[in-house]
Amino acid sequence: MQNLAIKVLFDGLNLQRLFGGLLVTAGIAFTSIIIGSLLGILFGIIRTSKSKFVRFISRLYLELFRIIPILVWLFIVYFGVTTALNLQLSGEVVSVVVFSLWGAAEMGDIVRGALESLPKHQIESGKALGLSFWGLYRYILIPQAIRRMLPGAINLATRMVKTTSLVVLIGVIDVIKIGQQIIELSRFKVPAASFWVYGFIFILYFIICYPLSRLSKKLEAKWQN
Amino acid sequence: MENNEVLIEINDLHKEYTHKKILNGINLDIHKGEVVVILGPSGCGKSTLLRCLNGLETIQGGNIKFSGKNLTDKNVNWQEVRQKIGMVFQSYDLFPHMTVIENILLGPTKVQKRSKDEALKQAEELLDKVGLLDRKDSYPRELSGGQKQRIAIVRALCMNPEIMLFDEVTASLDPEMVREVLEVILGLAKQGMTMVIVTHEMNFAKSVADKIVFIDEGKICELAEPDEFFSNPKTERAKQFLNIFEY
Repeated sequence: MQNLAIKVLFDGLNLQRLFGGLLVTAGIAFTSIIIGSLLGILFGIIRTSKSKFVRFISRLYLELFRIIPILVWLFIVYFGVTTALNLQLSGEVVSVVVFSLWGAAEMGDIVRGALESLPKHQIESGKALGLSFWGLYRYILIPQAIRRMLPGAINLATRMVKTTSLVVLIGVIDVIKIGQQIIELSRFKVPAASFWVYGFIFILYFIICYPLSRLSKKLEAKWQN
Repeated sequence: MENNEVLIEINDLHKEYTHKKILNGINLDIHKGEVVVILGPSGCGKSTLLRCLNGLETIQGGNIKFSGKNLTDKNVNWQEVRQKIGMVFQSYDLFPHMTVIENILLGPTKVQKRSKDEALKQAEELLDKVGLLDRKDSYPRELSGGQKQRIAIVRALCMNPEIMLFDEVTASLDPEMVREVLEVILGLAKQGMTMVIVTHEMNFAKSVADKIVFIDEGKICELAEPDEFFSNPKTERAKQFLNIFEY
């Protein structure tokens, strides 16, 4: 019966449930990527500040996310902050908050690197045209920086998609949790279920992440010259 | 000068970088319609002086007045002032992610909020004048150095500035491209544009300038009409400087 184990994927509502779980995973990941990118651009601009104090604080923020594991952040916010402040937040909301803040920290560093790599006379010739601070960033610096930071940003996005697998630990029913439930339920009927279910999840993650890396390659080639 | 109105008035200008004096008490009036060429050895502060005029450098003493307005005031609106002071730099400074026409229209449409049609019309006329109308949809990377520099001039002109500053705009060009850029500047001089030009092209300086300002060690050493300066420089320093250019 081993060769029929793949059927476990199509039993009852299993397939539908797995896709539902995928939506939760992708929803958390992409919401966080979008919020994180927008905040990250702002954070990156702040990190190029000349003020030593601003640089120190923003550096500290980045290092806090680099040093402390994301899982610990999820626990701190989900169990710690919510109780301390007496807030009722769902696991999904906490996940989006933590992943967005993490994304902003990492994206900010990528944006800073790209901005600082732009030639100084681009800023001066923009200023000489009478552009305001924000105009300078909007029309001159950010569009050029985006081209330079794309590989790093896409890499970050795929890392974020993959790291969402941790949200199961704060009670979010994501694609992995649903996979586990299906495996539990069919433990006696289909002993090989874990191979097929996890195999299927493997492919689902690939389907989300692969287009991202293709996209980055395409845009890089387009902007190369 | 046929026109005596003073456009820029520089009084006792001082500029230093961490205790190194760059400009040490510059006094200079620039009249409307006048072409002032600044000469001097490398590191004498001539580019710095130009950059002070549109606020790219902070100054440590003295003041600069533009159309009677004091540019050393704390609350001076540089975005407004810079629209009236066009500047072209030594490095080709076009924005690489925009086409030629996008480069030119950025200031007029986004800063001056002019209508796109009207700005486009002016941009095309200016491009035509410098012989580059057919390159308006090219990207800067597709242009030669001389073409890029002519576009940079058009970009500054399309803002309808009252004065143009040229900071060694031919210094990084191949020799055969210098002429096409200088001719554009010469054309502007004939139209009566007020200009301050920093250059190392002595023959060009001689033919374009109404007034030569020779700077050394952060001070104006000599201020003279071009014929007089080149044929009969008064200071020893200027004589030495001019000798270097004669082989």
